[in-house]
Amino acid sequence: MADDKSLFSVFKNGIWTENTITVIVLGMCPTLATSNSASGALAMGLAATFVIICSSAMVSMVRNIVPGGVRIAAYVLIMATFVTVADFYLQAFFPEMSKVLGAYVALIVVNCMILARAEIFACKNGIAPSMADALGTGIGFTWVLLVLSFIREILGSGSIFGFVILSENVFNPWVVMILPPGAFITLGLFIGGINYFTKHRGASR
Amino acid sequence: MNQSAKMIVVLSVFAVLSGAILAGFYHSVHPRILKNKLEEERKMIFAVLEGSKSYDTVEKTIKGAKGPEIVKIFVGKDESGNIVGYAFTAKGPGFAGTIEVVVGLKLDKKTMFGLRVLNQKETPGLGTKIAQEKFTGQFKGLSIEPKIEYVKNKKPTKPNEIQAVTGATISSRAVVNAVNARVAAVLDILKEENAPPEAEEGGANGRR
Repeated sequence: MADDKSLFSVFKNGIWTENTITVIVLGMCPTLATSNSASGALAMGLAATFVIICSSAMVSMVRNIVPGGVRIAAYVLIMATFVTVADFYLQAFFPEMSKVLGAYVALIVVNCMILARAEIFACKNGIAPSMADALGTGIGFTWVLLVLSFIREILGSGSIFGFVILSENVFNPWVVMILPPGAFITLGLFIGGINYFTKHRGASR
Repeated sequence: MNQSAKMIVVLSVFAVLSGAILAGFYHSVHPRILKNKLEEERKMIFAVLEGSKSYDTVEKTIKGAKGPEIVKIFVGKDESGNIVGYAFTAKGPGFAGTIEVVVGLKLDKKTMFGLRVLNQKETPGLGTKIAQEKFTGQFKGLSIEPKIEYVKNKKPTKPNEIQAVTGATISSRAVVNAVNARVAAVLDILKEENAPPEAEEGGANGRR
């Protein structure tokens, strides 16, 4: 089952065909909240990717010894451990980033994306495919988050990664874009665009 | 082993393992986290105490509105040990969460060196502007007498006035109020601290 081709297709699944944000629409809380700056989005994406890879590997490793009745509790415990590790790590080595993300790092633990991958994939597959699946899902989450944050940060603050691109003299930033409504508007248009694209491309394929 | 015993054993082992991992990891990074926090405070204190090379910390407990409060005053000194000014932190409720600022006071105790925002959780793009130079820069040389005031949508005219950030009056007001609320207590403590020779002599005389 774990030959190279299927590993790759599992990986690709997470990035595009079953993208957490645009297709499955899970993990909306961090998506909406942290996509108002590119640096916040990147940090959230990487932290979530780290957690999902570690938890999926772990869940897959212990899948045969965890009794069905307590499996969710066990998965959440595993995830919470890695999330806390990631949180401490950010606080210790990237204090600025940890300040920007605030409570959202701790909230990765309730990101349905990670529990979903554990429950749908990792608990039924070996370690290698589980990690490929997690990596694909994590990267899929990160790139969508980054695209959203580029749009929102440029229009809302006139900058990318904090570097001013459109100075306030030429362009008056649309503050709404970095506020919650901007998150919904951007995400909605983005998913709509992706669906339009896949529908038309899918028909011609 | 029956099913429920297995559940208990598996979950307990998991919990103990994850507890052990977290305790170990926390232990190894905790000193760094603390250091980061202290370093940031230091950086901010030096930023609001112009010309200082070191500072001493004076801690006093005062009676606050909700029980005893600790007031920390940082006495800034230059190379030769002369006092250049005083810094203190002040905090108060903002639009979302608590705003904490560091304030530098000149030797005359009437004007400010400046102000920096230490912690805030204001609305991104609006309230967060209170942490930017455009707003905090107004506190440079600001008079604290009789108290700091703010004006909206016009240029400040008095030496004790600043202009609130447009669209973030609540956040701006929170900064002003936090500083005003703290100034009195700090001045009181400084009065005591600054007259130690006389006070001690007076005390000794009184006992004699």
